[in-house]
Amino acid sequence: MTPLARGGAVGAALVAAMVVPLATPSPYALSIVTLTLLYGYLALSWNIIGGIGGQLSLGHAAYFGIGGYASTLLFVQFGVSPWFGMFAGAALAALAAALIGYPCFRLRGAYFALATLAAAMILKIAVENSHGLLGGPRGLEVTLLRDAPLQFQHTRKEFYYAVVVVMLTIALSINYLLLRSRLGFHLVAIRNDQDAALALGIDITRSKLAAAMLSAALTAAGGTFYAQFVMFISPDKVLSANLSVQIAVMCIVGGRGTVFGPLLGALLLLPAEEIARRALGGIVGADMMLYGLLLMIVMRREPRGVQRILRDLWNRTGAPRSVNAG
Amino acid sequence: MTPMLELRELYSGYGDVRVLRGVSLEVREGEVVSVVGANGAGKSTLIRTVMGTVPATSGEVRFLGQDITGRPSHEIARRGIAQVMEGRRLFPHMSVEENLLVGGDILRDKARSRAGLDLTYTMFPRLAERRRQLARSFSGGEQQMLAIGRALMTSPRLLLLDEPSIGLAPVVVKSIFTALRQISEQGITILLVEQDVHRSLALASRAYVIKEGSVVREGPSAELLADPELRRAYLGI
Repeated sequence: MTPLARGGAVGAALVAAMVVPLATPSPYALSIVTLTLLYGYLALSWNIIGGIGGQLSLGHAAYFGIGGYASTLLFVQFGVSPWFGMFAGAALAALAAALIGYPCFRLRGAYFALATLAAAMILKIAVENSHGLLGGPRGLEVTLLRDAPLQFQHTRKEFYYAVVVVMLTIALSINYLLLRSRLGFHLVAIRNDQDAALALGIDITRSKLAAAMLSAALTAAGGTFYAQFVMFISPDKVLSANLSVQIAVMCIVGGRGTVFGPLLGALLLLPAEEIARRALGGIVGADMMLYGLLLMIVMRREPRGVQRILRDLWNRTGAPRSVNAG
Repeated sequence: MTPMLELRELYSGYGDVRVLRGVSLEVREGEVVSVVGANGAGKSTLIRTVMGTVPATSGEVRFLGQDITGRPSHEIARRGIAQVMEGRRLFPHMSVEENLLVGGDILRDKARSRAGLDLTYTMFPRLAERRRQLARSFSGGEQQMLAIGRALMTSPRLLLLDEPSIGLAPVVVKSIFTALRQISEQGITILLVEQDVHRSLALASRAYVIKEGSVVREGPSAELLADPELRRAYLGI
């Protein structure tokens, strides 16, 4: 099979699989599935800069929060439909990514991660202290209109499920196309050795900025979705460092730099987290401990993630070997 | 005729540490020029300052008559200077062919990039045999060939080489220098920084001896090799 046909087949199988959850009678279960896919979408958005480009951002909650706050504020204050607010948030997040990225891209490895973490924390503190417009630490409620799909809200969970499936498909396509584009090729070279890429004439700052802005814009759209799904946002929920770490860990555990790895990471981690939360009851931080544990296990076994483990298993069971397998 | 590359009173270093102290040298079109000197004399810093990865604190780097001091590295590369970095610096998780194609990407021309690929494979048949293998699976000598091939893929006017023989077996070093001679015969100008003084002076027509960041001697390679005082004091042979 050609890579395109194989990608298409996997994609078709995924779309088919996405119809199945609609059969579930429990709105609770459908909510969990929807959130899981939202995290898959976020991990795919992070993958653009963190996976393909290899720049370990631990500040993506900032973009998620910007998306949620932008659309909610526009809706609550000015009656702008969150469908439009989503694009405003995305544009704002892309701008923020440029502002954060430009000085931070000079930093390498852990220093870049720390700088992005700090930038997101500063934003969180700023929002917590803006009591008037943004509601401070108490957050903002999205005005309830019940069944108003044009205002991005509905009482039926199937509505949100359908939206998140579309968003996920878009994120998968963008990752797929990016990996086959010139920008993607540059990003992979940068991830491999950025000094060498620079010496070969690649404008590494421009490539990283483009990736960071695209990644931030997609993440912000996820923030708008979250605000509409939960109908409420607060700094703790949408701007926390935990969220930034979760997104990154999902992508890394699943397989950074690949198309399906980030989604796989979300499919594994979110349900695991849900089960752990029930089993361990109210232990604060149990979810983060689980993340840390799973990250350590996967990184020890195969730093390229679960996606790679599955692929190796697949190849070992006698399926046709791919060119890179040897 | 204006030299291809000209350094005028170049100073540079890392933070407060000054490494180059007023280096002036020139490389004319078609030449192979070698820079020799002890460890820590500033040879690698010289290459990095030309490439813009270490900023010059004063002085000038001129390429093809134009001042390129302080320009970003990627722009310098696009003007036609390719660098084979110390330690090879391949893209370890990319295949041989992908490594080469990153080099060819600078041309923004698929056909020329393809032609460069054929040329590189002709020069290094080992690379053609293993075009789909990951770069990190290579031996040191093969990696160096790939690093040189990748630099040539940018179709450079001037090739800078930083310690191409370091850590390689003598027989491999020999084949690397044979390749460099071929590259020079194709009309590519070479500036070579190298610890293997004998081989490097045998290849180069002229050489500069640097010590503590300054040029202490310059001249035709044969003349430098024949000077007993120089051999003892600076070249360690």
